[in-house]
Amino acid sequence: MSAPDSKSQIVMQAKGLVKRYGQVTALDGADFELRAGEILAVIGDNGAGKSSLIKCLSGATIPDEGEIQLDGKVIHFKSPIDARRAGIETVYQDLAVAPAMTIAENLFLGREIRRHGLLGLLGFIDKKMMLEDSIARMNDLKVGIRSMTQAVETLSGGQRQCVAVGRAAAFAQHVVIMDEPTAALGVKEGNMVLELIRRVRDKGLPVVLISHNMPHVFEVADRIHIARLGKRAAVVNPKKISMSDTVAVMTGAKSVSDLPEDALAH
Amino acid sequence: MSKAPSPGAFDPLIQAHSMNSLKEKLPPLGTLGPAIALLLACTFFSFQHENFLTLKNFSLILQQVMVVGTIAIGQTLIILTAGIDLSCGMVMALGSIVMTKFAANYGLSAPVAILCGIAATALFGLINGLLVTRVKLPPFIVTLGTLNIAFAITQLYSGAQTITNIPDGMNLLGETFNFGGARVAYGVVLMLVLYVAVWVWLRDTAQGRHIYAVGNSPEATRLAGISTDKVLLGVYVLAGVFYGIAATLTVARTGAGDPNGGQTENLDAITAVVLGGTSLFGGRGIILGTLVGAMIVGVFRNGLTLMGVSSVYQILVTGVLVILAVATDQMSRKGAR
Amino acid sequence: MKKSTTLALTAIAFAASAATSAFAAETVIGLITKTESNPFFVKMKEGAEAAAKKAGAKLLSAAGKQDGDTAGQISAMENMVSAGAKTILITSSGDAIIPTIKKIQAQGVQVIALDSPVDGADALFATNNYKAGELIGQYAKAALKGKAPVIATMDLFPGHPVGAQRHNGFLAGYGLKTLDAKSNELAQPAEVVCMADTFGDAAKGQTAMENCLQKNSNINVVYAINEPAAAGAYKALKAAGKEKDVVILGVDGMCSNGVGNVEKGVIGATSMQYPLKMAALGVAAGVQYAKDGKRQTGYTDTGVDLVASKPMAGIKSIDTKTARAQCWGD
Repeated sequence: MSAPDSKSQIVMQAKGLVKRYGQVTALDGADFELRAGEILAVIGDNGAGKSSLIKCLSGATIPDEGEIQLDGKVIHFKSPIDARRAGIETVYQDLAVAPAMTIAENLFLGREIRRHGLLGLLGFIDKKMMLEDSIARMNDLKVGIRSMTQAVETLSGGQRQCVAVGRAAAFAQHVVIMDEPTAALGVKEGNMVLELIRRVRDKGLPVVLISHNMPHVFEVADRIHIARLGKRAAVVNPKKISMSDTVAVMTGAKSVSDLPEDALAH
Repeated sequence: MSKAPSPGAFDPLIQAHSMNSLKEKLPPLGTLGPAIALLLACTFFSFQHENFLTLKNFSLILQQVMVVGTIAIGQTLIILTAGIDLSCGMVMALGSIVMTKFAANYGLSAPVAILCGIAATALFGLINGLLVTRVKLPPFIVTLGTLNIAFAITQLYSGAQTITNIPDGMNLLGETFNFGGARVAYGVVLMLVLYVAVWVWLRDTAQGRHIYAVGNSPEATRLAGISTDKVLLGVYVLAGVFYGIAATLTVARTGAGDPNGGQTENLDAITAVVLGGTSLFGGRGIILGTLVGAMIVGVFRNGLTLMGVSSVYQILVTGVLVILAVATDQMSRKGAR
Repeated sequence: MKKSTTLALTAIAFAASAATSAFAAETVIGLITKTESNPFFVKMKEGAEAAAKKAGAKLLSAAGKQDGDTAGQISAMENMVSAGAKTILITSSGDAIIPTIKKIQAQGVQVIALDSPVDGADALFATNNYKAGELIGQYAKAALKGKAPVIATMDLFPGHPVGAQRHNGFLAGYGLKTLDAKSNELAQPAEVVCMADTFGDAAKGQTAMENCLQKNSNINVVYAINEPAAAGAYKALKAAGKEKDVVILGVDGMCSNGVGNVEKGVIGATSMQYPLKMAALGVAAGVQYAKDGKRQTGYTDTGVDLVASKPMAGIKSIDTKTARAQCWGD
């Protein structure tokens, strides 16, 4: 897949987002752009407005001002379910899985495949179909878990993350948002998840990746959105800028105007 | 966009998954435990008295547990959502008074009066459910309150009098028919049918799975787009219906509406659920386990009486078993991690 | 002075004088029962209210939340004494109230136990539960006409004095080996083949009887702690087709559960006790104490009568018609 550039289609976009919580202004006219086929990392210090931005995009929060567009159409999400219906899937930091239930059940929670005819109307689930579908989807993403009928709580942290990511990728139509996916993982499992994220992108789903982990960000991101003081400070190209410069912009130690032109990405 | 390969095509990986899933289909120790305990108890008592291991005796035990057993179906549903219902026995008593008094005072036929009783218990279930979901009070507190309210209403409405002039139709479920040389009560058959129906419903329908999901992780359930409030409300109302059915069974068995009934059933039902391996923390358990739990209590009571042992020991044994049941469930889950 | 102020002051003066005159004239008696729901205590309360009204005394009443709620009874006692009660009538839920009884006696309050004895009370008006058991035991023996008894006892629950007295009294009346009236244990001579607990409840009585029949199908005598338990036992016997082969005995004297069931032949005989009499005697003692300061003392047996529709030779019993006039509850 060719690297996304300014000619790639814009999938999701936000202009001038404002969000206030009492006296605190979390978002102060923030902009955002996500292009087709890319992994966009969103980084920012605490208080930069990073989580508020993501909450607006995933439907968890309603912005006070500003506009969000998906595929060129203006959208108003009232809840995370609205965002999901619009084809945006979010992988939450605490994964939002039911630990005692099986992987297959978790994948299809709330979207169970029903049986045909009267049984289906009564709510009966087609377990065989769900199992086969789960296996197929996870294989597709090359997630190596032995059995889809084991309980999620029997999996390691990295495997659980893969289940949550796999679920989002399986049902997303437009965007996948991931909140700190490698935060609680060791080196090996973290790399496993990064591999999975790349495969999701390669399948054609753009990914918004929130992360504190700079090395991971630089490993997978195509572009990096730097949030600062409730606005978008810059979007940089990880191949053309150093990690230290990126962190400097994030903390305000370095101003954007001091960066060379080719470090910026559009 | 992700596109799944066509299902049904032969795939060695799918085969491998299916074989592993068979191993996972074996129930955890927490569920097998109660069945083993019941089996051991029955074996022990069969050596203590010749009349224990007979169809007649087991038919009696089933009749003795059918009321608590039916209440416990509703209680299981509520405990699966990580809730609890302390009012179950009192609500059942209220239902039994409503149906017998309506039949006696207004001359209603048995089926209509029974429906009125079940409507009353379902209404109480609705009240419990609304207080839990809308007012967001903990189920323990809510049902502690409705327990007392139900008791007071029952006492006031019945005037503390037992109602004995009930229509014949109400005795029907207490009557027995011949089956393999033993007398089996219709009420017992009803209870068993209900258990199987609820078992299938919980295991194989979306609504049933959502009940487990709400108990296991309300947050994940909510984020999956399921209305946890709707699930909880439905569970409390459905439990109320089961308490009403239990009321019908107790009227049929004793032939009367007793305003002082249901007082020990509150805790007896919870005991049956816990002994059956369902976790008080929600999200785990099998409804058939509750039936086993209820049977364990009935078997011990019957067996110890046959042995001439004081009922104090029956109470002691129940207490020990409850602790064993909860401890086993905890340990088996720690092992799985 | 303004007209409204005058009116107000006059009203207050009237009220004050009325209050003081009321306090001066009326004796206040407190009645504390075990629970509100047991018909035995409901009848007792009715009797006390009627007796108090007749004597021109004021009755305060309260109860514990359930059998055994001594804390509730203690609070009620203290509140009633504060409200001016000079005599407390109590059916005690347990010995935990004894210190409070001593305390209020020291303040000049008379404490009379009704139905259940409690140490330290000035007096006791109660049924002799042992005698109640003896009466039905004698009847049972006569009813069996010399046949060997195979007895099942439907008891209350372990350790309760009333349960033990009635059970042991029954065996004494039958002439079998038993314990005396002071014991809290249940005697089990060889003739008693099954003892089961019913908690005084009909449904549990049914279960208890079913299990006892499974143990020994030759049972021909069933003693029950009270009439609901007896009714439950009858149901089990009927389902087993044995109701004609067994004589059932109960205690209490309830109207339909007791006397009614004797009429129907469900119960062979029952010992009737008199909660109304207990209440009336208690109120009378309260009025007396208020008048002359003399405390009631000792134990007064409020009487027990055997109710049977088929009288037995040599055994005194009253018929169901007479019993109906004195029954209580339902």
